[in-house]
Amino acid sequence: MAMRKLLMCGNEACGEGAILAGCKFYAGYPITPQNELTAYMAKRLNETDGVFIQAESELAAINMVFGAAAAGERAMTSSSSPGISLKQEGISYLAGCELPAVIVNIQRGGPGLGNIAPSQGDYFQAVKGGGHGDYKMIVFAPASAQELLDHTYLAFDLADKYRNPVFILGDGLIGQMMEPIEIRATSDERRATSKPWALTGCRGRKPNIIKSLILAEGALEEHNKKLQEKFNAMKSVETRAVTHNIKDSDIILVAYGSVARIAKAAMEKARARNLKVGLIRPVTLWPFPDKLIGEACARTKKFLVVEMSSGQMVEDVRLAVNGRADVEFYGRMGGGIPSEDEILQRIEALA
Amino acid sequence: MKKRKKSSLRGPKGRSNLKKEIASGASSRPFFRKGGASRPRNDGGVSLPASLRDVENHYCAGCGHGIIHRLICEAIDEFGIRERVIGVAPVGCAVIAYDYWDFDVTEAAHGRTPAVATGIKRVLPGNIVFTYQGDGDLAAIGTSEIIHAANRGENITVIFVNNGVYGMTGGQMAPTTLAGQKTATTPGGRSLRREGYPLKILEMIAVLPGAKYVERVSVHSAQETLRAKRAIHKAFKMQIDNKGFSIVEVLSMCPTYWGMTPIQAADRIKNEVSTFYPLGVIKSC
Repeated sequence: MAMRKLLMCGNEACGEGAILAGCKFYAGYPITPQNELTAYMAKRLNETDGVFIQAESELAAINMVFGAAAAGERAMTSSSSPGISLKQEGISYLAGCELPAVIVNIQRGGPGLGNIAPSQGDYFQAVKGGGHGDYKMIVFAPASAQELLDHTYLAFDLADKYRNPVFILGDGLIGQMMEPIEIRATSDERRATSKPWALTGCRGRKPNIIKSLILAEGALEEHNKKLQEKFNAMKSVETRAVTHNIKDSDIILVAYGSVARIAKAAMEKARARNLKVGLIRPVTLWPFPDKLIGEACARTKKFLVVEMSSGQMVEDVRLAVNGRADVEFYGRMGGGIPSEDEILQRIEALA
Repeated sequence: MKKRKKSSLRGPKGRSNLKKEIASGASSRPFFRKGGASRPRNDGGVSLPASLRDVENHYCAGCGHGIIHRLICEAIDEFGIRERVIGVAPVGCAVIAYDYWDFDVTEAAHGRTPAVATGIKRVLPGNIVFTYQGDGDLAAIGTSEIIHAANRGENITVIFVNNGVYGMTGGQMAPTTLAGQKTATTPGGRSLRREGYPLKILEMIAVLPGAKYVERVSVHSAQETLRAKRAIHKAFKMQIDNKGFSIVEVLSMCPTYWGMTPIQAADRIKNEVSTFYPLGVIKSC
């Protein structure tokens, strides 16, 4: 089929990725800077005979998604940082009940109400499990409108494959920015996934029960072991990262999402000044590309992590490096965006 | 009480030593034990609805949950919808309702029960979706969800069990605890000045145009239980006929955390609770 090319903001691209993936249910609550996504889903689900609900709260939205997922439908919710905090209980229940769903966070500045400028301050919440209990989610870190579409599209498959929520961690910068996107797939290509566990009424089968309350002695530990096996399976095959010039670099930058684009520009400027600088961009924040970073330590002894936070992903980089190289950090907070020149200055100071 | 023992509406558990049950509490009892395979069962020769599993229940002696579970199952059987029905169980004493109901069931996070039911019903409008909620689940932590589900006119059935305490967590004050009632967190009795007023959430819901059928019933006597059965029946019928949101509040006994015998608890509903929470149809469209 012919490829379609469109100009869209990242939030809309995310919504289109969901529609292409066969998402038929969306519940959300207004919050900036992700409102274009909610409005886009309202429009597109109406056109595609799906269900859109503007929920009374983030709590209701994530639990409507829980219900839709339990009924076997491809379902999504989205919000921005404070709203995602409210969804954490529901995300934990989705993971505990092994229900597939896609959750999008277009991050804004925090803590508290913060502001509506882009931020990466929710890394710990997304990656380390913002809700209660031992669970993990695949966390995508799109760096463009195109990736917001592609990652969201893929997220629905992975959610169904693992029966686990999948998380998209974007920020206000890529959510709001207009960019050309290419649409390669069509929604007609989606094939219905068989979900024999779903609640559809027990005609012709034994009743299905969906629950995370497991009281019998030792049974919850067994359930957790099963979940951990699943998370380990994800870890072995779902780690994704993009690298630039890491074979011959004295300094490797590590950055994700929109910041990785600025870091790449800084890397190119540094290279023009004959500084051997490379870039690792984790595309999944969980599973984290720790093996890739660990291997890079054999050649490179300096890492510079750049984030729009006080330093969150840098902890995972340090764990991956494990003392084999120096790990420096440069971050901006509360809506501040690191510039190419700021990053370049840090590179020059390290060189 | 004597009359109730003969009634076919008795809860799924057979006769038990009430004093012993109250003294021992629920915590030391197994959650369920597989009963005999044949139906009819029970020492009274009572037959079970097909939708109700043949298991011993975990509820305390004199608790109303068993009766209400049964009334729901009878309605489901009468409509022949067991293979279409999807239940949403709450957090509270009835959290493991799925151990008793022989049809598709999910649990919901505390209070989010109507939101979960909304998600299911919107995806599967041809199925029959109901929530089963206690007073903490529906009238405290889930106030927002029930009001908005009613206001959207979701075509679901809500069975709201009001026993005026948090049973599962040890008898704390509920939003529906009556003035002066002693609970674990109101040791001197509920003070209206300090804790506010018992919430009449059904009357609140009744003013919403989206709510089509609103009735309060009780299971403290055989006669009232028959009325409760009719109300639950109607609440499912409303959904089957696509008429919109229905809610039935069932006043129910909690002898354990009321510090009473089952008979005293049934009398308390008749003499006290139903005075503040009057029985009957509040709205029917």
